[in-house]
Amino acid sequence: MNFTDYTFLVIAIGTAILGAVCGMLGSFAVLRKQSLLGDAISHAALPGIAIAFLITGAKESNVLLLGALISGLVGTFWIRGIITKTHLKSDTALGLILSLFFGFGMLLLTFIQKQPNANQAGLDKYLFGQAATLLIADVYLMAIVTGLCLFVLLLFWKEFKILLFDADYTKTLGFNTKFIDVLITSFIVLAIVLGLQTVGVVLMSAMLLAPAAAARQWTNSLSTMVILAAVFGAFSGVFGTVISASQNNLSTGPVIVIVAGVFVLVSFVFSPSRGLLFKQIRFMKNRRDLELYKTLSFMHHIAETHEDISHPHSIKLLNNFQGFTRKTLQELEEKNYITISGLNWSLTPEGFEKASNLYNQNFKDE
Amino acid sequence: MSNPIAIKVDDLTVAYNYKPVLWDIDLEIPEGVLMAIVGPNGAGKSTLIKSILGILKPIAGSVSIYGKPYKKQRDLVAYVPQKGSVDWDFPTTALDVVTMGTYGALGWIKRPGQKEKKAALEALEKVGMLPFKGRQISQLSGGQQQRIFLARALVQNASIYFMDEPFQGVDATTEIAIINILKELRKAGKTVVVVHHDLQTVPEYFDWVTFLNVKKIATGAVKDIFNDDNLTKTYGINFKVSVNK
Ligand SMILES: Nc1ncnc2c1ncn2[C@@H]1O[C@H](COP(=O)(O)OP(=O)(O)O)[C@@H](O)[C@H]1O
Ligand SMILES: [Mg+2]
Repeated sequence: MNFTDYTFLVIAIGTAILGAVCGMLGSFAVLRKQSLLGDAISHAALPGIAIAFLITGAKESNVLLLGALISGLVGTFWIRGIITKTHLKSDTALGLILSLFFGFGMLLLTFIQKQPNANQAGLDKYLFGQAATLLIADVYLMAIVTGLCLFVLLLFWKEFKILLFDADYTKTLGFNTKFIDVLITSFIVLAIVLGLQTVGVVLMSAMLLAPAAAARQWTNSLSTMVILAAVFGAFSGVFGTVISASQNNLSTGPVIVIVAGVFVLVSFVFSPSRGLLFKQIRFMKNRRDLELYKTLSFMHHIAETHEDISHPHSIKLLNNFQGFTRKTLQELEEKNYITISGLNWSLTPEGFEKASNLYNQNFKDE
Repeated sequence: MSNPIAIKVDDLTVAYNYKPVLWDIDLEIPEGVLMAIVGPNGAGKSTLIKSILGILKPIAGSVSIYGKPYKKQRDLVAYVPQKGSVDWDFPTTALDVVTMGTYGALGWIKRPGQKEKKAALEALEKVGMLPFKGRQISQLSGGQQQRIFLARALVQNASIYFMDEPFQGVDATTEIAIINILKELRKAGKTVVVVHHDLQTVPEYFDWVTFLNVKKIATGAVKDIFNDDNLTKTYGINFKVSVNK
């Protein structure tokens, strides 16, 4: 595979744009804890593709995607209706619509494939995606939608942010929360529909959620999160395309999703503030510090009984206290809290001060 | 009291899933009072506030703020939701949350500028949270989060404040700080409505009280109606709080 090849470039740019727009919008889905929404929308889009084909007989992606967009929107706003009208749990409503539309879509696809003379080959690419079929026109469409999305995001940034954080409060301020919500959701539907040809119905929601979930790990600012998610998404698209292009038999969509998954994995393990690794390290360090301070405060206890705080005491005295090891003593000495001579230890003034502060702190916390 | 009526609720009935949660509530809250809403869990206290604020749509009845519907009087009203109603792991800072209090006055699309930032900083100062302005909100204690919510409402510079359990899960220092701010608001002639749980402190903190349990049990001056009789009617058990007046 030649990486300067025209087809390759089209696909790489297309998947990069797709990854970026999915990452941006996915941030909103992740923060609203609507992780099933992407799944529901993409599955809801499937019957639209089939119906559009049945009506027009066309195979051009634009016509089919228009069908997908319509049934995706219908499904999505139907879900919203169900949730607000019946107070079903949103997961239940999402699951319901998801399986209903997907089942109907599969039924239609089977029907289409059974037709003898229909020009039906290739509709099933919308199930798992086929990036190789991306044309430059598709990429233009993606770019236009992404640009529009970016514009709306910047325009309504303040409204999006406050709605995500506190919807009830937003309403009391006089904002039409329904409008903001419909705006976000519509763009999510649009992004998902655009991704169907490349990534497919089944994996599309991962494309939406993975970059955003990864980005959340690295930052505590919403704007940085959205930007990072877009970057992660774009990289997933490009890396995925490169990997699948160099391994002839791998289809692009799943590889992109796997790359995005790697971003998630790495982020959940290695992020400095939220990652598992550093949490574990901090936990161990805290526990070590705690052991150290416990020993120190026990020493302080003994030293207090004597007029001269730096009076040497025997290490043996510590024996009825279980928390100390030779290493603890060494560390305390390194920190200049105690001095050790032979079998005796004595507190330094620093050590005494530190230990009394420990007491005060504990007292204050209570 | 001869003050004008700040908030008037008429025949308000609210239901979730056809189950009535508030039943035919009539309520008049005079201007300038510091009022507690008390009642057991699930009595509909939060629902009452949300209905007054237009967050929930009632089945029947109406609400007016100084004689006009809430929609027309938004600028006069500020809301402090229950602390647990938002996700404190949201990626934002204390200052940013408080700045949200200026969004209503800004309206659509316009971004907060220097003026809004200054107002937010002043509100942070007022609740003693200025040193924490840049802090990620998940790194704040429960009491500090509550102060942030209060500051966000203070920025709105309203005449009427609704607060849903502002003392829930806060430390004693924060409780005193908050009640002092509420009393200051009252002194400035504002009306403050607070969902409150600790019955012992009602006479000390508030001058007006509403007993609520699906229906309105009683409303009026604390010194007149805060008694064992109303408490028993509201909480359904024989209630004896020895209130030292
Ligand atoms: N979103 C909701 N959907 C259905 N029922 C609700 C909802 N919110 C509250 N309720 C019910 O309405 C009743 C009153 O709730 P609420 O106003 O929160 O009470 P309080 O604030 O006095 O504890 C409770 O029985 C509660 O279970
Ligand atoms: Mg409540």
